[in-house]
Amino acid sequence: MAGWLDWLTGQKAKSAGQAKDRLKLVLINDRTDLTTEELETLKNELLEVISRHIDIDPSAVNITMAQEGREQRLLADIPLKPVTRRKPGGSVGRLK
Amino acid sequence: MTATVATITSGKGGVGKTTTTANLAVALAMIGKKVVCIDGDIGLRNLDVVLGLENRIVYDLVDIVEGRCRLRQAMIRDKRLPDLYLIPAAQTRDKSAVSPSDMVRLCDDLRQEFDWILIDSPAGIERGFRNAVAPADTVVVVTNPEVSAVRDADRIIGLIEAEEKGPARLIINRLNPALIRRGDMLTADDVLELLAIELIGIVPEDENVVVGSNRGQPVAMDGKSKAGEAFHNIARRMNGETVPFMNLEQKEDIFKKLARMMRRDERTGG
Repeated sequence: MAGWLDWLTGQKAKSAGQAKDRLKLVLINDRTDLTTEELETLKNELLEVISRHIDIDPSAVNITMAQEGREQRLLADIPLKPVTRRKPGGSVGRLK
Repeated sequence: MTATVATITSGKGGVGKTTTTANLAVALAMIGKKVVCIDGDIGLRNLDVVLGLENRIVYDLVDIVEGRCRLRQAMIRDKRLPDLYLIPAAQTRDKSAVSPSDMVRLCDDLRQEFDWILIDSPAGIERGFRNAVAPADTVVVVTNPEVSAVRDADRIIGLIEAEEKGPARLIINRLNPALIRRGDMLTADDVLELLAIELIGIVPEDENVVVGSNRGQPVAMDGKSKAGEAFHNIARRMNGETVPFMNLEQKEDIFKKLARMMRRDERTGG
């Protein structure tokens, strides 16, 4: 049955996809000299520093490693909580 | 004539560097280029047997470097292809017998006489690799569509960039279309996406390559096999020609696909 299902959905059998996914991670580690755990620590510390200065929602944060050609980059998407919610009316009133 | 020095390397051993070097040398000589290939794998020489020239060795690379013979004396001319020459590696010495500057000097002495100087690099990232890459104008990385080979290729591509010999170009060797169709082998596109360098050739897995090695007659010589054709295409691309890539990953027609699926389902009882 699995064979038919793969055929119908046009899905690739597992091993080539696994190879690619595993290689992606291994190459990031090799190129940056960072293990997956070290990368996790880096993310957490980054968030800690930023939260010291601005209010962020940790669950909305997205920090990833991306490949651009042979260049490896760390991408951080960190949505900020709106200021008005913290200080209702504050600076807006003064402007008027 | 001013030769281009092309080094063929891989990081991982056993991916087909020597076979690739031999076949590219043959293919280039067959389109009228004057070619010399140098076996850079001192202590583990093999380019001589793959080319079928092992019985004609008198002097080797280390003899030239250490001044025991003149350059000409160590160059073996292939009787089948008069424009093809080999400088064999020494078998009883190790990589430290030659330095990167020795290789640069040797290639400079050869440049005037040839169109192409191909250097077969040993596996690894040590002295032998640095020797082979030092005189290179262009570097070709050989890999297989397989995790260990791709990982090592990525490492070697980084080192080639660090030596300022990049960007390297890629040959994907031993691609197996049947395995790809089953989804059990990385495709050429997968490998390219991971390594992000320019592709110069895809060589399919082909039993004729082993037969050719057995006979000391690289597949490119008869030009009838798929692999031989692939090497000829690469040789032409090296000369700046635009040659379309062979379609090796062709989709099966629907009837073949159905038949294969039925067979698989019978086996698994599905």
